[in-house]
Amino acid sequence: MARERENLFNNIDWTLVILYLVLVLMGWLNIYAAVYNEDHKSILDLSQSYGKQMLWIVSSLFVALVILLTDARFFSIFAYAIYGLTILSLIAVLSVGSVVSGSKSWFDIGGFRLQPAEFAKFATNLAIARFFSTQNINVKDFKTRFIPLVLLGLPALLILLQNDTGSALVYMSFVLVLYRMGLSGNFLLAGVLIVVVALSTLMVGHLNVIIGLTVAAGLLFAFMKRSRKNIINLVALLLLGIGFAFSVEYVMDNVLIEHQRTRINVLLGKELDLKGAGYNVHQSKIAIGSGGFSGKGFLNGTQTKYNFVPEQSTDFIFCTVGEEWGFLGALVVITLFIVFLIRIVNNAERQRSTFSKMYGYGVASILFFHFAVNIGMTIGLVPVIGIPLPFFSYGGSSLWAFTILVFIFIKLDANRNALF
Amino acid sequence: MAPKSLASRKLIIIAIFVAVAFVYIGRLFYLQIIDGSYKLSADNNVLRFVTQYPARGLIYDRNGKLLVYNEAVYDLMVVPRLVKELDTAEFCRLLGITVVQYKENLQKAKKYSYYKPSPFEKQISKETYGYLEEKMFRYPGFYVQKRTLRKYPTPLGAHLLGYIGEVNQNTIDKDPYYKSGDYIGISGIEKSYEEVLRGTKGIEIRMVDVHNREVGSYKDGLYDTLAVMGSDLYLTIDAELQEYGEKLMQGKMGSVVAIEPATGEILAFLSSPGYDPNLLVGRVRGKNFTELSNDPVKPLLNRAMMGQYPPGSTFKMVNDLVGLQEGVITPLTRFTCQGTGSSPIRCTHSHQTPLDVYAAIQQSCNPFHWQVYRNTLNNAGRKNFRDNYVAWRNHVMSMGFGHKLGTDMLFELSGSIPSADKFDAIYGAGRWNAMTVRSLSIGQGEILVTPLQLANSAAVMANRGFYVVPHVVKAIGDNHDMGDKFQKITSSIAKEHFEVVVEGMRQVTTMGTGRRYQVPDVVMCGKTGTAENPHGKDHSLFMAFAPADKPVIAIAVIVENAGFGATWALPIASLMIEKYINREVTRTELEERMITSKLY
Repeated sequence: MARERENLFNNIDWTLVILYLVLVLMGWLNIYAAVYNEDHKSILDLSQSYGKQMLWIVSSLFVALVILLTDARFFSIFAYAIYGLTILSLIAVLSVGSVVSGSKSWFDIGGFRLQPAEFAKFATNLAIARFFSTQNINVKDFKTRFIPLVLLGLPALLILLQNDTGSALVYMSFVLVLYRMGLSGNFLLAGVLIVVVALSTLMVGHLNVIIGLTVAAGLLFAFMKRSRKNIINLVALLLLGIGFAFSVEYVMDNVLIEHQRTRINVLLGKELDLKGAGYNVHQSKIAIGSGGFSGKGFLNGTQTKYNFVPEQSTDFIFCTVGEEWGFLGALVVITLFIVFLIRIVNNAERQRSTFSKMYGYGVASILFFHFAVNIGMTIGLVPVIGIPLPFFSYGGSSLWAFTILVFIFIKLDANRNALF
Repeated sequence: MAPKSLASRKLIIIAIFVAVAFVYIGRLFYLQIIDGSYKLSADNNVLRFVTQYPARGLIYDRNGKLLVYNEAVYDLMVVPRLVKELDTAEFCRLLGITVVQYKENLQKAKKYSYYKPSPFEKQISKETYGYLEEKMFRYPGFYVQKRTLRKYPTPLGAHLLGYIGEVNQNTIDKDPYYKSGDYIGISGIEKSYEEVLRGTKGIEIRMVDVHNREVGSYKDGLYDTLAVMGSDLYLTIDAELQEYGEKLMQGKMGSVVAIEPATGEILAFLSSPGYDPNLLVGRVRGKNFTELSNDPVKPLLNRAMMGQYPPGSTFKMVNDLVGLQEGVITPLTRFTCQGTGSSPIRCTHSHQTPLDVYAAIQQSCNPFHWQVYRNTLNNAGRKNFRDNYVAWRNHVMSMGFGHKLGTDMLFELSGSIPSADKFDAIYGAGRWNAMTVRSLSIGQGEILVTPLQLANSAAVMANRGFYVVPHVVKAIGDNHDMGDKFQKITSSIAKEHFEVVVEGMRQVTTMGTGRRYQVPDVVMCGKTGTAENPHGKDHSLFMAFAPADKPVIAIAVIVENAGFGATWALPIASLMIEKYINREVTRTELEERMITSKLY
């Protein structure tokens, strides 16, 4: 017993913990700068976002400690239970939740707001990992393919019903986990192709895309091995592609809501809606662009204050990084994130238990999705989808959720030599 | 599974991470270092978002006469964070304020927001603005915002038009359209048509250098939005009639409401004592508002819609109509009257007896109407008394009493036609009868009506059975189609019964109490009322419409604590009708007497 206690912190990957702390503190500094107010200089002023965020950071560290002190087996044993509870809370929020900026996804508990969608990410990750760690997994089996889809689809659908599209899309990131677990690489390739076809349809119209697809198919036909099977596949793919091109246009015109359509058009440069949807991105680009090489210096940003950029301390926190710390600062933040992600993937790969390995990949995928979409959005490469930048964005629910997500993995990793 | 080959997928996943990172770094390199267009110049340029305030819509009367227009004023705005060291003494001298005030104002602005502009000194004069503009560069953080105030060429219709004032924090929190220092309609039409009148604010983005000087518009105004002017309103009000009514009512407490029966258009809508709407504009507003609200005669109270009075005898036709409709009387039915010795309700004077409904209206006979009412409640043929009462009440309410009419002005009160439940609560279920609630038969007791409802009931009589929801706006800008907002409501009484009471009302003004105040060349149908009032002297009431055959105006006049209806309310209504129909008043002696009388 005494030995175990002694070893409790020994196997912990301190590099990950330190990287986590660095990211969280950098995030806090930027929130402080974003809402800086000379009247409220105290960092613990609870009437200000940074005061509250400090409270969230301290409580997150406490949560992290609790996780590290928990028996690692707890997480795999109770994976489904945690998942079930989260699903219940997602259902509950639909009826008793309060609406914040259009999304009905918050519990109002005595002045504090909790967003169950944030916690659903690690819960789903636990459930997926648990499912794939069971003995009788067979990729060819229908059940093996179907159940993960349900496990992922259920929270995604519930979150979609809350009108929080961004958080629902996060579940797409699990494709990386599934890929690592044996899903054919064609799916990733198909994903890329779908994006390419969709984007080019929106840019140049379906007619050009169909011509392009046909030409590509013709070229493939000329150079490939012309077996009967290949030809059938090729024709089927071509027809699918053409059908998809049509449906993209149909969805764009008939299914999407006005503001979603505008956001996409703005991104594609087809629309210059600087008073509406394009405003955020435009202001965000001005803020980041004005940072230059080394930035304007801490607290000296002008664009990120005065409320030029809406959602400054939450979804657009990266603007403050870009404006006050410049290209160098942005480079440091991106590098830190990538190092963090690579470290998690490496650690995941060294796991002996499938559960820990799957979970680790899940952590990396979720964080990567947030990182890519959030920063991409502030620099105008991704449509405006409101999801937070992990550890940086203001908000207790997301900080807690990301902390739990990461520290469960750190705990599992610390326990990698134990058999279970 | 083949662990070895799958393990190599780790590298592909890492490659994806790194690829995205490289794309982003490249993009940032482009945005931050290569593309200069996003860079604001190094001397810390700031964009200033200057709100372009649209002119508020003008308000005209039904004949196109201007009632409300705008006047430009200038607010000195401040952004506390940008305020640098300045020559406070000189600045205060320019503005004509003390240093203490300066500190107070600045503190107030800081309290609102450090970064958002808020008004520092409101409505500075044009001269001050002139001086200030030249020296503005010495005062970073300050700038001047142009706004408009309301002006009233002829001071009339204060209650109707309402006023605008600075928006409060509560509204700012709820509606993102409003910012600190903005103006918003607070009462009257200014409030109920706020969204139409206010227009849409525009934004002009200007570049400001480190010395607080504007150096031009940002990107040649590419991102500016133009302010859209508010729509003009054309009212149904006849300004001349309104002004005349206010003149007649001066020195008296009460209200006059006139309606065009066929359309429900309100021709005059006044509450007395009133006030000059110019008093509630600009810097003097706060002081005047306090004064007006402390005045014991309550000039701010809109009696036309918020005053509730017992209708007295003006309510008698309503009872007759219900009796006719329920079949408990016919035009031939006669009842006896014992004059001042009648029981349970005495008559005010002796007259012919027995008498029919026509004569009863003309004589305003209390016992006749009590008997009609009693028969309605006791013999209308429903299961029990209570059901008869409910039916009576429904008939009355169908003529626009006891509920809000749904006009386009806010804060309308509903008056009161007591429900059976209410009497159950007072007397106990089954323990009250016609005798218990007899006062209702002559428009006293628990019945309350607003002047607007009384005028509307005159319109119902004029139309022989229906009314159009009364309203004050005829057209918004060029749009004359007000939709089906103001619906035609038909009462539950058959048209032929109205012909009976209308004939009675005609006799009031030709043979009865009204014959002394006939309108030259016009046949008026009306009914006086003298309403007992627990708080003091009786209220003087009159409701009428004219001409009898093709009515163009229905009117109600209430003069508080003035005594007989025939003494004050009737002549005032008669003069109003003469003014509206003949456009010229020939009874100058009567006019003079009414205008000069002071009753409070």
